[in-house]
Amino acid sequence: MNADLHQLAAQSTPTAAMIKTLGLVSAICGLIIVGAYQLTFDAVADNKRIATERAVFKVLPAAKSIAEFVALPAGGMEKIGTGETPAGAVKFFAAYDGDGKLAGIAAEGGAKGYADTVRIMFGYQPECQCVVGIGVVSMRETPGIGDKILTDKDFLANFTELDAKLNAELKALANEVKTVKHGSKTNPWQIDAISGATITSRAVGKAINDSAQVLLPKIVPALEQLKAKS
Amino acid sequence: MSETAFQIFVNALLANNFVLAMFLGLCPFLGVSGKLDTAFPMGVATTFVMLVASLCAYGLNLLLSAFHLEFLRLISYIVIIASAVQLVEMVLKKYSPALFRALGIYLPLITTNCAVLGVALFQTAREYNFLQSMVFSLGGGAGFTLALVLMASVRERLQLSNVPEVAQGTALSLMLAGILSLSFMGFAGLGG
Amino acid sequence: MNVTTTRGWDEFMEGIWKQNPTFVMILGMCPTLAVTVSAVNALSMGISTALVLIASCGLVSMMRNVTPKEVRIAVYIVIIATFVTAVDYAIQAISLALYDALGAFIQLIVVNCIILGRAEAHAAKNPPIPAMVNAAGMGAGFTIGLLSLGVVREILGAGTLFGVSLFGASFQPWVIMVLPPGGFFVLGSWLLFFAWLERRKQRKLAETAENV
Repeated sequence: MNADLHQLAAQSTPTAAMIKTLGLVSAICGLIIVGAYQLTFDAVADNKRIATERAVFKVLPAAKSIAEFVALPAGGMEKIGTGETPAGAVKFFAAYDGDGKLAGIAAEGGAKGYADTVRIMFGYQPECQCVVGIGVVSMRETPGIGDKILTDKDFLANFTELDAKLNAELKALANEVKTVKHGSKTNPWQIDAISGATITSRAVGKAINDSAQVLLPKIVPALEQLKAKS
Repeated sequence: MSETAFQIFVNALLANNFVLAMFLGLCPFLGVSGKLDTAFPMGVATTFVMLVASLCAYGLNLLLSAFHLEFLRLISYIVIIASAVQLVEMVLKKYSPALFRALGIYLPLITTNCAVLGVALFQTAREYNFLQSMVFSLGGGAGFTLALVLMASVRERLQLSNVPEVAQGTALSLMLAGILSLSFMGFAGLGG
Repeated sequence: MNVTTTRGWDEFMEGIWKQNPTFVMILGMCPTLAVTVSAVNALSMGISTALVLIASCGLVSMMRNVTPKEVRIAVYIVIIATFVTAVDYAIQAISLALYDALGAFIQLIVVNCIILGRAEAHAAKNPPIPAMVNAAGMGAGFTIGLLSLGVVREILGAGTLFGVSLFGASFQPWVIMVLPPGGFFVLGSWLLFFAWLERRKQRKLAETAENV
């Protein structure tokens, strides 16, 4: 910050007084910023953790505690906090129930909706290899239309057991998760769209599919690692 | 996020127009949109500053992240933008004095144009890569120019019409902006 | 430089009524329109801006004798950015939900014309106490401006006030009011209302002048 300021000062007529003032201001401001950062650091970290936990618990009701992981681009995974995260790694959460057993996996996904990107969190259950719940992380869809994805019971019923099995080679989903027009759902991997909010419904489907296609082939073969690390 | 460059551009230009949907850069939007002759150059100057600011902010963010100094992000962005505006001002003064005089007071005001800082903040928050950031700021600037030019054309027409005295001035501009914004909502869902 | 109570009060009221930043000076439009979809958002945005305004004006005023004219804008901007960063972290610490609702507009307080305008026009020429009183008045005026938009938009657009449902389930919300165009329309209507008030006052004044 100091360097920036001095650069600014150099652009106008550089005199000792200016540099002194700018130095003084940056010193005071530096103190205030660092002070504020330090003071709030714990509270902010707590809030973030609580918010994440709440989001995960919502999509995986059996969960009692979570751990953050990244899936590595080459396959496999590691716990967050052990060194630098490599480029291309995908973040996800492993959730455990009261007995420390793996309750499921939660991950975020996003896709373009009607107004802006719809970001969702979905819960995946390894036993049934299916998506068992969704929650919205952020969206700016039209109130009363697009935000029905949060409240519409028929739509949410899609996510009690949405099929997300991997194919035989464990490289991709056996069947793409796909949103279909309202009333034309025939297969367990399809999502029945809300009539009148098809674009937003489609965004939810695409978000799950894109995220699952990348994430699941990497973590499903190494599920034992998650169970062990509770 | 795997948005294509084209999607980002169309989004910033129309569906999420900086002025009419995101409310960024309203001060110049209401202030300079009286005449078409000044509205367009103002838009172009702002677009240029946005591009420079976005470029600098991208580099700066890499630097700050590398040293884990995220809490200095805001303060360094604003300093960079102020410098970029100064740069544009000097360039304009040298190569186009007429334009420099026409833009007058509004040029330094680009520093306090939310659209410029907005571009820098949004591209950071959305974790755009280099190309995406550039396209985003270009689309945002083009959207800003578009809104400014549209507004200026409408207001030039309005000068010839008979408006009730009580509604003249900013109130009328805001109503106009509301109608423009309403029509831009029709672009939502585009490029999805 | 002794400020009497009445003068202090006048300074304070000036920002609320005669020079109201939202309705009279038409400053700081971006947050005014963007975050006023609900009364809670409007109130918190107003308070955050007011805090930044008061703190920055105080510091600017304290530094006014050692700030060379050439670099004053840089000094003001750095000071403002500092306090905005502090408020930004404070809001994150208080409530993440609120932080998400206000989005980038907390950090965009930096470029709110009101603050830079006050720093330049008032705080740089006055001692800290009056400068802060004036800033508090401006901040309060801005908060009132935001609230008057937020309340109208929330009632019309969602049928609630501060999150409490007003009309029951049968209310069909006027959705456009919480969408971007609604912001323009509501602010435009408020300005129309104030212009009408002003005109009526002038006509009355003219009438009494004629009668005398």
